[in-house]
Amino acid sequence: MGEALVSANPISFLGGVDSNTGRVVDETLDINGANVKGKVLIFPNGKGSTVGSYVIYSLKRFGNHPVALVNREADPVTVVGCAMAKIPLVDRLNLDPVINVKTGAKVLVDGFQGLLKVLE
Amino acid sequence: MRLLCALGEIYGAKRLIPVKSCHVSGVSYKTIGDMGLEFLRQMVEEGASFTVKTTVNPCGIDLEDWEKIGFPREFAKKQLEIVDCFRAMGVSRSYSCTPYLIGNRPRPGEHVAWSESSAITFANSILGARTNREGGPSALASAIIGKTPYYGLHIAENREPTHMVSVKCKVENDLKVSLLGYAVGRKLGQAIPYIGKVRLTQDLLKALAASMASSSSISMFYAEGSYEAKKIGEKKLKKLEKLEVDDHTLRKTFEELSIQQEASTICLGCPHLSLNELKQICKVAAGHRGERRLLCFTSYQTFLKAEKTGLVRKIQKIGGTIVKDTCMVVSPLTEIGVDSIETNSCKASYYAPLLSGVKVKLNSLEDIFS
Repeated sequence: MGEALVSANPISFLGGVDSNTGRVVDETLDINGANVKGKVLIFPNGKGSTVGSYVIYSLKRFGNHPVALVNREADPVTVVGCAMAKIPLVDRLNLDPVINVKTGAKVLVDGFQGLLKVLE
Repeated sequence: MRLLCALGEIYGAKRLIPVKSCHVSGVSYKTIGDMGLEFLRQMVEEGASFTVKTTVNPCGIDLEDWEKIGFPREFAKKQLEIVDCFRAMGVSRSYSCTPYLIGNRPRPGEHVAWSESSAITFANSILGARTNREGGPSALASAIIGKTPYYGLHIAENREPTHMVSVKCKVENDLKVSLLGYAVGRKLGQAIPYIGKVRLTQDLLKALAASMASSSSISMFYAEGSYEAKKIGEKKLKKLEKLEVDDHTLRKTFEELSIQQEASTICLGCPHLSLNELKQICKVAAGHRGERRLLCFTSYQTFLKAEKTGLVRKIQKIGGTIVKDTCMVVSPLTEIGVDSIETNSCKASYYAPLLSGVKVKLNSLEDIFS
């Protein structure tokens, strides 16, 4: 469970998120400047660098990780990062999470059943 | 194994298939840091070694000349520890994003497990090999196990084109090609575009693949005349959703990625330079006299060939340095005294400001030296 942070744009974790702080540092992203730590990070999919998996893993090891990731359709780089870091990831939901969830909403993610619930 | 199973599970793969080769990203200390190093060390301690032909991405330093070029000692120490891990798992000196130029060149139809977005895209699109967009760690796992989950781009019906890109302007030089790739990636995000009516050399296709893969998760495109494109009939092409790219699109992309001011260092080789590109540089930069620092990034193997053919000496004569094993994206640029770069690569102009805080001016190779 956590607060949603929603990016309308695909994210390259390498260069896009600083694993030392959890901050989003890519000016081309609409969530530039926000912090992913403790959030439910919702975005369409990963893009760009295949080193992104290591960045997700490092976020976890430094304790700056999102509590869950939600994708429209997850790409392998994000999947691998989440598997290494043991962060729940859900995708291909009935409703598009990028459009239907707003930043700041309280959401519940069930990684086992692949569910996302908006609480308030 | 856990990683490969997780991937297989989420994408509904029923089985693992053998791969002919792997290419592993996540090699520079700058990008994977202490946590990545720890992960690799753990792999080595558990006795991991590669069972298929495997090449790896650029690391963060020139393994021979790092001191001469000015890489900081602390960084180099960490980097060499990473290199030791890869060596222990059986990697030779193949630190490059262009594995297909240094002996890891799959044949059409071969299944491989590659990471490095530009190399994946080149392998699928130009070589006709089959790979998903692997993350560094899953390509590493495949290199150890020799297998990959059977899903996505390994399956023929998932490799059909989804969009027709009609290019309404001239793409007459390296910069324009790079801008075209970046713009298409940015517009389409996840797709398999067919780039119509543009015939490009291998070097330019390399540039196109790199920029397209940096602005999207595109892992395959069709280029007219390529092995894969020949399989697609006219009828099918007519039914594809259209995307138009014109001069205006390219200009806007340029403005987004490039600074207006002059840059202090010329950086070439993102992706790594081919022998042919080194030749071209010698030709267009013949009048260069070291007015600005010139760094040319390439693989060790290409460097050796360039040495034999006298190209290394020529580059030195015009005041340039060939930097091996690393590149302008994954090396600590500012720490070797670079604060702004001029380059022909949109991939570099996306990543270098994010990773190193340097400013990037885009220009075509010819115009950089004119």
